[in-house]
Amino acid sequence: MGGLSASFLLLIVLLLIADLSFTSATEFFAALRKPEIQAAFRLTLLTCTVASVLSVWVATPLGYLLSRFSFPGRHFVDVIVDIPVVLPPLVLGLSLLILFHQPFPFSSLLSTTGSGSSDTVANRGSPSVSASQAGGVKGEVRRSDGWILETWLRKDCGFPVTYQWPAVILAQFAVSCAFAVRTMRVTFDQISPRAEDVARTLGCSRSQAFLRIALPQAWRGLLTAFTIAWARALGEFGPILVFAGATRFRTEVLSTSVFLELSVGQLDAAVAVSLMMVAMAVCVLLILRWLGTGLSS
Amino acid sequence: MIELQGVSISTGSWQLQDVSFRVERGQYAVVMGKTGIGKTSILECICGLRSVVAGRILISGVDVTGWSPADRSIGYTPQDLALFPTLTVRQHLEFAMQIRRYPRKKIADRVTELADLLQISHLLSRGIRGLSGGESQRVALGRALSAEPALLLLDEPVSALDSKTRQATQKMLKTLNEVTGVTVLHITHNRDEAIALADICFEIGKDDDRGRVSIRTINLREGSRAESDHS
Repeated sequence: MGGLSASFLLLIVLLLIADLSFTSATEFFAALRKPEIQAAFRLTLLTCTVASVLSVWVATPLGYLLSRFSFPGRHFVDVIVDIPVVLPPLVLGLSLLILFHQPFPFSSLLSTTGSGSSDTVANRGSPSVSASQAGGVKGEVRRSDGWILETWLRKDCGFPVTYQWPAVILAQFAVSCAFAVRTMRVTFDQISPRAEDVARTLGCSRSQAFLRIALPQAWRGLLTAFTIAWARALGEFGPILVFAGATRFRTEVLSTSVFLELSVGQLDAAVAVSLMMVAMAVCVLLILRWLGTGLSS
Repeated sequence: MIELQGVSISTGSWQLQDVSFRVERGQYAVVMGKTGIGKTSILECICGLRSVVAGRILISGVDVTGWSPADRSIGYTPQDLALFPTLTVRQHLEFAMQIRRYPRKKIADRVTELADLLQISHLLSRGIRGLSGGESQRVALGRALSAEPALLLLDEPVSALDSKTRQATQKMLKTLNEVTGVTVLHITHNRDEAIALADICFEIGKDDDRGRVSIRTINLREGSRAESDHS
């Protein structure tokens, strides 16, 4: 038993030693001075932080809901939340790509002239038909492939997502949020609902009891959820590669930097970025450990 | 003042049927019964924290059965006190009044008044960690009474206290009832406690396995059961 445990610990230590011995300090800092790596570092910090804030924002009420209330479909919601955790990363990326580029089902019936979707249809060269041909609805209706989310965002909102930095955040958020929800649910499970009940007898609505009593008690859980979401976002690779691409100075984050440097044979740079990510991960783990110690005390 | 008319409660296979009793304004009522019979559930129904399957709950003649806990004007002190871990003693006393948007002056005056009455003025700036059992009990009582509720519900308020603190707390509870005029419904299974406090005492017993209960008014001081039977 002890030998098995020791072998796992040895494996981790050997991996780190192998990384460290592969590069020198000079090569390490030279790689980190590369403008593209620095840009990736900045984008990583930004996207991980935004994705984590969004994750905690969504996870807090959802975790509370799952912890405190019984409602029809609760188990279904529970399963849905876990899907990003068990889904292969590439599949998640592919699913995001399809979601943003696949015409929405039945939306072709609703698309009318002048809408964003009809532009898409026009671009795709779909034939136009009159209202009578389309089913007798008044006004001209184009038969189209339907309403496409990315087209609407790009043309109507002027905010393209796919292969842009928002795609990085969305890909990170999709996975990070699932972990944040789990953390917040466990946090609220550990807080007795009695105090919230008493608060309600003192005049609070359910939402006031949540905001004034449950949430302040959950602050360590919030920090833990944020940290876990941040760490998970940092390590995200597959969905980002598929949904956001790996374009230098635009959608390149540290995890994709490793891939890009490897793909052009720059092993030194790849290892340097890897070590930087190891250092960031260790920092996150130390914060988590510190939070855990605070919770137990 | 507070009246339960044929109240039935059900949770899974457990049920309590046909609970009826009445407590007049300003009375100190004690409800006794064996552990697990459903005394706490009755209090939770009166608070609105648990829904009733059948029957009516009237406070000051108004049917509040479907009302939310916030609207019932009830002060509730659960057995575990459920103090708020992130608030100070002063914030506990202010809580209900702030929620109800009382003027600042009134909140400050009421906090001073309650702190004096409950002898916790020296604790106002402290958090709840490290408070003794008696001090915690007083804070919970102050929190429940701060918005001047019509009814105070106490779930075994002195069961966890040592004998000296218990006697002091019992005395304080009776004083509170007399000074503030609040109607009190106090749950216990301790007969001595009931004798010391009660203006009126009810004993809950189960008549059958289906949860049908009988509630009898007991004359504790004479040690005999009165004739009235609410079942």
